[in-house]
Formats: sequence, structure tokens, C-alpha cells
Amino acid sequence: MKRREFLQNTSAATAMVALGSVGLQSFITKPTVTQITVLHTNDVHSHIDPFGPEDGRNANKGGVARRASLIESIRRENPNTLLLDAGDIFQGTPYFNYYGGELEFKLMSKMKYDASTIGNHDFDNGIDGLYAQLPHADFEFICSNYDFSNTVMDTQVKPYKIFTKENIKIGVFGLGIELDGLVDKNMYKETVYLNPVEIAQDMSRILKEQEKCDLIICLSHLGYHYEYDKIDDLKLASQTKNIDLIIGGHTHTFLPKPTITKNSEGKNMLVNQVGCYGLNLGRIDFFFDTDKNKEATGTTIIV
Amino acid sequence: MKPKHIFSVFLITLLLNCQKEKPHLSRIEGTKIEITDSLETNKAIDSFIKPFRDHLNKDLDSVISYSVDTYTKNDGELNTALGNLLADLVYEEANPIFNSRTGKNIDMVLLNHGGIRSILSKGNITKRTAFEIMPFENSLVVAEVKGRNILGAVDYLRRAKRAHPISRLQIILDKDYNLKEASINGQPIDSTKTYYIATNDYLFNGGDHMDFFKPYDSLYVLNYKVRNAILDYFIKKDTIAPKADNRFIVKEK
Repeated sequence: MKRREFLQNTSAATAMVALGSVGLQSFITKPTVTQITVLHTNDVHSHIDPFGPEDGRNANKGGVARRASLIESIRRENPNTLLLDAGDIFQGTPYFNYYGGELEFKLMSKMKYDASTIGNHDFDNGIDGLYAQLPHADFEFICSNYDFSNTVMDTQVKPYKIFTKENIKIGVFGLGIELDGLVDKNMYKETVYLNPVEIAQDMSRILKEQEKCDLIICLSHLGYHYEYDKIDDLKLASQTKNIDLIIGGHTHTFLPKPTITKNSEGKNMLVNQVGCYGLNLGRIDFFFDTDKNKEATGTTIIV
Repeated sequence: MKPKHIFSVFLITLLLNCQKEKPHLSRIEGTKIEITDSLETNKAIDSFIKPFRDHLNKDLDSVISYSVDTYTKNDGELNTALGNLLADLVYEEANPIFNSRTGKNIDMVLLNHGGIRSILSKGNITKRTAFEIMPFENSLVVAEVKGRNILGAVDYLRRAKRAHPISRLQIILDKDYNLKEASINGQPIDSTKTYYIATNDYLFNGGDHMDFFKPYDSLYVLNYKVRNAILDYFIKKDTIAPKADNRFIVKEK
């Protein structure tokens, strides 16, 4: 019985190291804690250079080269880091008008973004304009509720993706906003918008039950909250289950800290959004414990 | 089987057993990190950006015209030199495109006061000036509407009491801001006649509560950005010297 408990407390990765060195030392270590760091941006809108010193609102803030060094230092501290963006990479400075998004994608690739969803402004040079820039992106585009079958983007966008960091499986899916009325049809062409709540329910079920993910993240460009009946991140949270974190965008909402809200089962989960223009980097750390005794105590959320 | 192999199999079994046990999410911590000048600039990233930045700045700073004075959107009550310039240049740049595609002509132009995002300063005009005045990507559209839509626009403008840029439409109000006269091309507006009104896609879709475009008969999408119209106009003209005039005024008597 004792032995069984000690087996559970040994992470797969630790066992792998032991296998390589044929040592048994790792088996006498304490219960392992795996820390997964999720970093995120949204609505960067082609803001590559920092705001100038004369800017009325954001003087000396933002800037990709600073964000890059911050990300680098966090990765050094914890290699189990996932870097995500919630869409609207394009549009907002002349960099986009001059280079069509090439530089934005190249810089995100250099910063080793893992994935992004698609925002309405990412269609600003048309779906063909987005497609043309894909060769510059070494990261995944994840969107579950846009059906691109009859467009050039077919097969270029994944409905979900699983990232494995040590022994932790992280499922990421994406949701885009309704395009009709927001983006000219000539721009998004035959892209079909599907109901985000139904898709989120499907995705979270697949990721939890079939793929057995330990952590489920939704990259959303729906918007944080609308007073009227339009779907938003908070409404989505309350109508779905098994999602641990919704990383939002579109509404340029500067949340002072992540919002703790309840899902359809009354379980706590997080919704976060960090404004826009690369002024902030969101950071959520998830600590996984293999100590069976701690399981009963539930999850502590500190924001 | 050698003992070593047996040990390996044992370890792999262990490993599989371990994977079956779900790690428990015990704690979540969330923070927001501000990107400020206290963070180090990543040299490699910055030098990667540099050639893009240099090229862009060189092009944006290239001089394309000259402004004889400083103009702002708040220089007048109901029409301003800057607003008139923008509405007039939209007509001048967009009408040939519209005419070549349809054989028809634009009857009037309507933009919005809030859409003018910067002043036009005295001195050299650069490409950057056009990006400052019009940072948004809105494109020009021409709506085929009836005179009653135009009268709706006139009523909107009368109530707004703002210098929304217009071209080729004249509105005269009395001292109480009631409509005295509204005309296009010197002719009063006929509520059943067809008119072609140029505006941007944002306003056509009801931006700034401009709901009078609907119902409409047809919509012509020019695929021509407002900013590109501004740029094309500036490039063509050596000197920019717009004037406020009597296109939208209050007449006391």
C-alpha cells in the first residue's frame, strides 16, 4: 500500500530520468509539483515599438523587444511555459500597412509563441492577406468555431491542440467572434461562424474525456462582457464546464487581475484579458501536485 | 531476460501506472505584468526590427505636400476648413473611380467629425500626416439611396450641431437650428429621387448612430481606403489651403 502511494508521487518525467541513468535516487524524493506557466497577450494590434515619451496615455509603455526579454527570463525560471495570444495581432500601426503582418508574425515566432486564435482584425487584409502571411508564423493558429473548409485557410487552422509539458497535458481550443456586421463579407469570404457555446461544450468534452487533458484553456476573441445578450467570456464560462482558463480579447479590457468566476457546475475558473497594444503580459501559473493527501483540499486560486 | 531488462520493464510499468494517476491541480496564481521601460530591451529582437522601422520611418517622413496654415476640426461650428478639405478630397478622388465603374456620379459626401483624429499642422505634410489624421482602415462606399435618406442625413446633421464633414450638400439653418434650406447641386432635395452618397463603411453600417442610410437601394464598395484617398490627394497637390465656407451654416434672417 505504501509502495503504491510512492508510485503515484513519482512523476513520469522523473521516472524517465531514472530510466536513463538507471538510478533509483529519484524514487526517494518528495511528492512532485509541476508548475505550468501560461503567458498571454491579446489585441496587440501591430504595436511593435514602445509608445513614445509624448504619448498621452501610454507613454514609454509596451514594445516587443521588452516583452521578449521578459518572456525569456520567465522561460529561464520555468521551461514549462506556454505563450499564447487571443487574436487581433494585425492592424493599428503603419507596420501593418507597410508589411501586411509579416513582422508581427516573425516577431511572435522569435518570441516562441505556441499558439494564437484569430481576431476580427486579422481579416483586415482579407482572408487571402492572412493566408499570405502564414509562412512567417512558426506557431499554431487555433480556432474551433470558424469553419474555413471553403476558404484558403482550410487545414491551416486547428480546432484544438494539445501541448505536453512534463507529465501535464494542456488542451487549448479557440473561439472567434461573429464576423457578420463586424467584418466585410468580402474580407472573410466563405468563413462560417459556428455557435461558440456549443463548440466550447464539444471541445471541452473532447479535451477532458477523450484526450484526458489535465488543463483546458480557451483562447477567445469573443470579448470580456456585454450588457446585452451577445455571447462573451463571462457568459461562456457560466455555460460550459471543464475549462480552467479563458484567455480573452477583442474588448481591450484591462483587468486589474484575472476574474474568478463559476462554470456551469459551480466550479471556480479564471477569465483573463490584459488590455491591448502589448502594454501587459498576462501570467497564470498552475501548480500540479501528485500528493494524494492534498487532493481533498481542492484548488487554491491566488490572484 | 537479463536482470537489467527486467528492471527496465519494471520501470516502464511504473511509468504507465504513474500516468494513470491524474496530477491534481492544487494551486493557481494569476498576475499581470506591465511592459515598461524598466524592462531590458532584447537586443536581438530590436536589431531585427530596426531595418523594418528605418524603412517605414523614412517613407512616412517623406514630404508630399505643404499646408499653409494649421487646421483643426474645431475651427468652426458647423463647417471647418479641415472637414471641408477631407469631404471635398473624397469626392475628387473617389468620383472618378465610381464614375468609371458605374457611369454615375457621386451627389454628396458625408464623413464624421469624430473620424478626424489629428490636426493638420502648418508646414510640410508627410505620409505620416495622413496616418495621424486617419489612423483607421475605413474604406469608401457609395450608397444609392432615395432623397428621403438624404433628408434623414440633413436632419441628423441639424440635430448634431457639429461640423461633420460634408461635400456638395448645402444646409442652411435658422437661428433656432431649424432647417431653412437643403440642396444638392443648387436643387432642393426630392424625397423620391435617387442620390449617390459617398461615405465610409463604418458610418454606412450605422457608426455614430447614422441610421439614415437604411433602407438603401444599392451599395458600391470602392475598395479604397479613406487614408489612401487623403494620401493620393496630398501627393497630387503642392499646397493645401482649405477654407471654411457656407456649405453648412446658420442664417439669422
